[in-house]
Amino acid sequence: MMALAAVSAVALPLAGCGSEGPDEASGDSTELTSGPIEIWYSTNEQEIAWGDQVVEAWNAEHPDEQVTAQPIPAGSSSEDVIAASITAGNAPCLVFNTAPAAVPMFQRQGGLVNLSTTFEDGEEYITSRSGTAADGFRSADGDLYQLPWKTNPFMLYYNKDVFANAGLDPENPQLETYDDVLAAAKAIKDSGSADVVIYPPATADYTNVNFDFYPFFLANSDGTQLIEDGHATIASEQGMQTLQFWQTLYAEGYSSAEAYSGDMWAGPFADGVAAMGVAGPWGKGQFDGKVDYGVVPLPTADGKAADTTSTFADSKNVSLFTACTNQQTAWDFLKFATNDANDLALLEITGQFPTRTDVPELAADFLAENEFFQPFAASVPLAVDVPTVDGLAEKMQVFRDAWTGAVQSGDGDLTSTFEDAAASIDGISG
Amino acid sequence: MSTLRDAVPGADRSARHRDPNARRPGTRRRSRRVERLLGEHPLGLLLSSPYVAYVLVVFLIPFGFGVWMAFHDFFFTAPGVQVPHPFVGFDNFGQVLGDPAVRQAFGNLLVFLVINVPLTVVLALLFASGLDAVVHWKGFFRVSYYIPYVTASVATLTVWIFMFNGNGVVNRVLGDLAPDPTWLANQNLIMPLIAVYVTWKNLGFYVLLYLAALQNVPAELHEAAQMDGAGKWQRFRAVTLPGVRPVTSLVVLLTIIMTGQIFTEPYLLTGGGPDGASMTPALLMYQKGIQQGQPDVAAAIGLLLVLAVMILSLASRRLTERKG
Repeated sequence: MMALAAVSAVALPLAGCGSEGPDEASGDSTELTSGPIEIWYSTNEQEIAWGDQVVEAWNAEHPDEQVTAQPIPAGSSSEDVIAASITAGNAPCLVFNTAPAAVPMFQRQGGLVNLSTTFEDGEEYITSRSGTAADGFRSADGDLYQLPWKTNPFMLYYNKDVFANAGLDPENPQLETYDDVLAAAKAIKDSGSADVVIYPPATADYTNVNFDFYPFFLANSDGTQLIEDGHATIASEQGMQTLQFWQTLYAEGYSSAEAYSGDMWAGPFADGVAAMGVAGPWGKGQFDGKVDYGVVPLPTADGKAADTTSTFADSKNVSLFTACTNQQTAWDFLKFATNDANDLALLEITGQFPTRTDVPELAADFLAENEFFQPFAASVPLAVDVPTVDGLAEKMQVFRDAWTGAVQSGDGDLTSTFEDAAASIDGISG
Repeated sequence: MSTLRDAVPGADRSARHRDPNARRPGTRRRSRRVERLLGEHPLGLLLSSPYVAYVLVVFLIPFGFGVWMAFHDFFFTAPGVQVPHPFVGFDNFGQVLGDPAVRQAFGNLLVFLVINVPLTVVLALLFASGLDAVVHWKGFFRVSYYIPYVTASVATLTVWIFMFNGNGVVNRVLGDLAPDPTWLANQNLIMPLIAVYVTWKNLGFYVLLYLAALQNVPAELHEAAQMDGAGKWQRFRAVTLPGVRPVTSLVVLLTIIMTGQIFTEPYLLTGGGPDGASMTPALLMYQKGIQQGQPDVAAAIGLLLVLAVMILSLASRRLTERKG
C-alpha cells in the first residue's frame, strides 16, 4: 500500500497539470524574453570546473542575464531527476547532461523546447556546428529538441601490468577479435593476475546495456543501432556473435554477474580488480595514477581495422526546458557555452569531445600534445548513439532482462531467447 | 432524537439551578449542534488536525489519485501541457496481468513471505525469550539486536555484499561448498538471501515487541503450570505462546505489509536480476512509472499489490487470532 502511495505521492502534485497556458509541447512560445536563468551540469569534478569557468565568463559580460549553475540534484539517475523536475514545473533552463535516450520521454512530457522552430537561427547553428551528426538526434517530427554537445567514443582499456604478469605483450596486446580476447582472458585467469578479466556493471538496470553489449555490438555490426526502422537488431548474425562472446566470458568466469561493491563506473578497472574496462576518453581522468593502462579499439568477431571500427558515442547533449522563463537568454548562453573557445576548453578540462565537425582543426595543438586522445578523436566520426525512439527505456529493459538470464546466467537457448526479446521489443509501441 | 437530558427534565433544571448564567434554550440547541459536529472536546480535533491533514495529503488523496490513474491512460506532463487522459477501464490491469515480469515479481514476493514470516516470528520469539531470561547485559543485547533496524539499508546492504560476494567471507568459509553461481548472481538463492537479510535487519524491532508481551504474561501462570508438573517446553507451549498471541498476530501482519514494500534490497543488490529473480512489484512500479514513463501501468501494479497485501493480512489475522 505504501508503495502505491509513494508513486501516487509523486504523481499528485503533478496531477494539477492544468488546461491553461500555451501548448508548450510544441515548444512554440509566444515571446522570447531575456533575464536570469538557471542551469544544471554533470556532477563530475572536471565538468563542474568547466561549467563554473563558462558561467563566470558569461556573468562578467551579462549583468542583467546572470546564470546560476549547479550540478544535477542527487537522484538514482539524471534522467529520473530531470523527468521529475519537468513534471513539477521546476526544471532549469538548460541541462548540460541530457541523455539522448531520455529525450523522447522528456518531449512527450512537454518539457522540451523545439530548438528548430523556436529560434530563427536554431537549425542553422546546430547543423553548422555538428554537421550530419545532428541528424542522429532528430526527434520523430524531424526537429531538434537537443543540441548535440559532446561525444565519448568507447574504447577498450587494458591493464599493462596484468597483461605482463599473464605473459601477454603489454605494448601489443592482440585484442582485435573475440577469440583474441578469450585467449587473453584465459591467460589472465590462469595466471591469477586479476580477479576478473572484464567487469561491466552487472545489475539488471536497463542503462547497463550501454556498457557491455551495445559498444561491442556496434563495433561488430558496423554501427547498427539497437533499433533500426522500428525493429530490434539484436538477434542478427552480428548480434548473436556478440551475445555468444559475452555468454562465454560469463560462463568461463572471465566476467562477474555480481554487482561491483566499489565505484561502479571506474572502480573495477581502476582498482585493479578487472584486467580490462570499456570507457570513453574520460577514463584517463579516472585511471591516471591508479593503473598503467593502454587503449585499443573494441574487438569484433573477425577483427577490424581501427579506422573502420564503430563504437558507442555515449553522447550527452543540452536541452532547453519549457519551464524556462527567459528562453532567449538560455539560447544565447547555450551558443556561448558551445563556441570555439568553450568547446576547446571542454576537451582540455574534461577530456570529452565536443560534437562538432572541426575538432581536428580546433584542437590540433591539444591533440598533438596529448597522444592519448588521438585514437579517440579518430573514433568520433565512427561513434554511434542510442536510437531516438519512444519507449526506449522499456525496450532496453526487455533486452537487459533477457541478457541477465541467457548471457550472465547462461539459462535457456541464446538464439530463441533473443529472438523472443526482439519480437517483444518490436511489439512495444514507440 | 431526544437526548438523555431531554428525557430527564430534572437534570436540566438542576443544571440551571447550579448555573445562574445558563443559556437560553435557542443557544443551547446551537451549542448541541456544534457539540454533535465537533465532539465533546473540540480541542482534541484541533490537536489531531495536523495528523489528519498529513494522512489526507500524503496518503488518502494520492491513493485515490493512484486508483484513478490505474483506470486511465496517464503519463506525467509539464504544467500547462494539455494531454487527454481517456478512461481505459481495465486495460492497464490486462496489460499488467499479461506481463510475465509482473507474475514473476509477485511469485518472488511469495517466496520472500514463506521464508520471512516464519523466520521472523520464530527468531524474534526465541531471542525475546532468551533476553527475558537474561539477568546481566540485558540492555547491551537489546541494543545489539536493535542496531541493524535503525541503520540505513544502504549501509547494512554493503556489509552483506562484502559477506556474500564471490570472494566474500561466507564463500571463503564454505570453500568448495560455496554455491555456483554465487549468491548474488544465483537465481535460486537471491530471493531467499534477501528474505534472510530483511529478517535480520528488522528482527530487533520484533524482539522488542515480544519482550514487552512476555513481560505481560503473568508469572503466576508459569508457577501454576510448574506446580502441575509442566516442563519448560510445555510451559512455553501452554502459557507463553497463548500469552503472546496478540503480538504474534501483529508481527505476522506487519511482516506481510512490509513485504509488499520490498524495494531497496533488490534495487541496490541486483536491480531485480538475475533474470527477474529478485524483481518485486515495488521495484517494477519504479521501473514502469519513473524510468519508462508509464505511471498508469505502475498504478495498476500498485493496486494489485494493495489487494494482495490486504487479502494476506486478513487471512493472517483469521489464522493467528483464532483461539487454539
